[in-house]
Amino acid sequence: MNETQARELVLAALADVAPEIDPDEFDPGTSLRDGADLDSMDFLAYVSAVSEAIDADIPEDDYDQLDSVDAAVTYLVARGSA
Amino acid sequence: MGMFLMPSLGADMDEGTLLEWMVAPGDHVDKGDVVAVIDTAKSAIDVEVFESGVVAELLIEPGTLVPVGTPWARIDTEGAPAAGPAPEPEAAAEPEPVPAPVTEPEKRPAAAARLAPPIRHLIHQFGLRPGDVHGSGPDGQITRQDVLDAAGESKAEVAPAPAPAVPAPVSTPTAETSPARPRITPRARRLARERGVDLPGTAAADRVVTGADVPQRPPTKAPVDRTAAMRQATAALMARAAREIPHYYVVSTFDITDTLTWLREYNAQRKPRERVLPAVLFLRAAVLAAQEVPDLNGVWQEEFVASDGVDLGVAVATRSGGLVTPRIVGAQDLDLGGLMKHLADLVKRAKAGRLRASELQPGSITVSSLADSGPDLLYGVIYPPQVALVGVGAMGQRPWVVDGELAVRNTVTVTVSADHRATDGRTGARFLAALGKALTNPEEL
Repeated sequence: MNETQARELVLAALADVAPEIDPDEFDPGTSLRDGADLDSMDFLAYVSAVSEAIDADIPEDDYDQLDSVDAAVTYLVARGSA
Repeated sequence: MGMFLMPSLGADMDEGTLLEWMVAPGDHVDKGDVVAVIDTAKSAIDVEVFESGVVAELLIEPGTLVPVGTPWARIDTEGAPAAGPAPEPEAAAEPEPVPAPVTEPEKRPAAAARLAPPIRHLIHQFGLRPGDVHGSGPDGQITRQDVLDAAGESKAEVAPAPAPAVPAPVSTPTAETSPARPRITPRARRLARERGVDLPGTAAADRVVTGADVPQRPPTKAPVDRTAAMRQATAALMARAAREIPHYYVVSTFDITDTLTWLREYNAQRKPRERVLPAVLFLRAAVLAAQEVPDLNGVWQEEFVASDGVDLGVAVATRSGGLVTPRIVGAQDLDLGGLMKHLADLVKRAKAGRLRASELQPGSITVSSLADSGPDLLYGVIYPPQVALVGVGAMGQRPWVVDGELAVRNTVTVTVSADHRATDGRTGARFLAALGKALTNPEEL
């Protein structure tokens, strides 16, 4: 997966959970839990959506690596899945 | 023939605007089907039907503001000619006058019982006779659309069948006792509907009511500001709670380090979508405690009335900054995974403003949990008519004594707010102890 694909995937997962976020305005470095106000339920739904989109598990220990759009893109590219 | 009433929408809402019907006359509905969507101060709400049958007539037009308890559809129940049980209207405060529905006495001859009065009126309005109209409903029953078809008019251009006004019970004069019914032109009816006003009453019975008699619509309120309206609804309910309920509080802190370790292992074996959040541990522990100490699981109605099951209210913050507390019906039957699934669905719909009416009835006890970070503890206000609220503070690492040594452990502080009319502090303490026992023995959750 290249960076463009990963970013698209992450933003799609986020749009489903937090539709009020405008990807054009949103700083991709913002912490989703602290900055974008995703609660634990939102965050789990977002991780679930990413996990299902790449058709692979994301362990709880990795959650922190998905806490911003940029971090999640880096994580997905590094995993090299699909 | 069952009359379907606007259901109660929770203790803090007593009216709603019909947004749309999901069914049409002639449709078969099963108990629990969503038949309409209404808009309230807090959210759009899917309204389920309380009995199975066939929709005979829709009495309320979309866009109408209706108080709880208003009849808004007739359901032909299978094999049950009498009116079905109607949901108890919530102790509704003085309902505001309803703008749109037009009221009119009904004639109810014993014969032709299968022809609903509104349909009969409609047929009459078009100068037709029942025999002129082909019934497409079950057993050849004539539906509203059949009348419109026979009259060669499209539905949109036609005045609505008369709808009863304001909350039942309205005693409708019979043909024998009532004065002559005012004659009203279809145009007058249509204008009244468009303007959202009542038609002149029987005072005008000596002549035909025409369009000229229809009063202009009174000045309307500004469009509802959802956030402000939600604030008002919460304000009214919480003010009532503070006025009526003498609260007492008991507080305990629990070491949940081992429980969280257990949960990590539980989750490690599951896909993200199947994982359980710590918040659900508290819900499940509260359910078990409510079963063990039933004196806190129920409602106050002059005296305490215990609930059979645990209908667990869950406080959910909405994206607009408001608060809703939908309930999970029969939470005692859900294990951790089941509760999690239910909660995820409930929270998603609550945030999107799409709850069901049955979820907004008062629960038997409520849990209010601060998010994963935040204040250490929460002294909650009880949701009337409940008698207890469980407040869960933020989990976090704190100093703790283990085997006589100071250690760093994950702890959480739980508060029980309880109604002193119903119980004393001892009961709250027993509840907290039961909750703590469940919380620290996760294999039994």
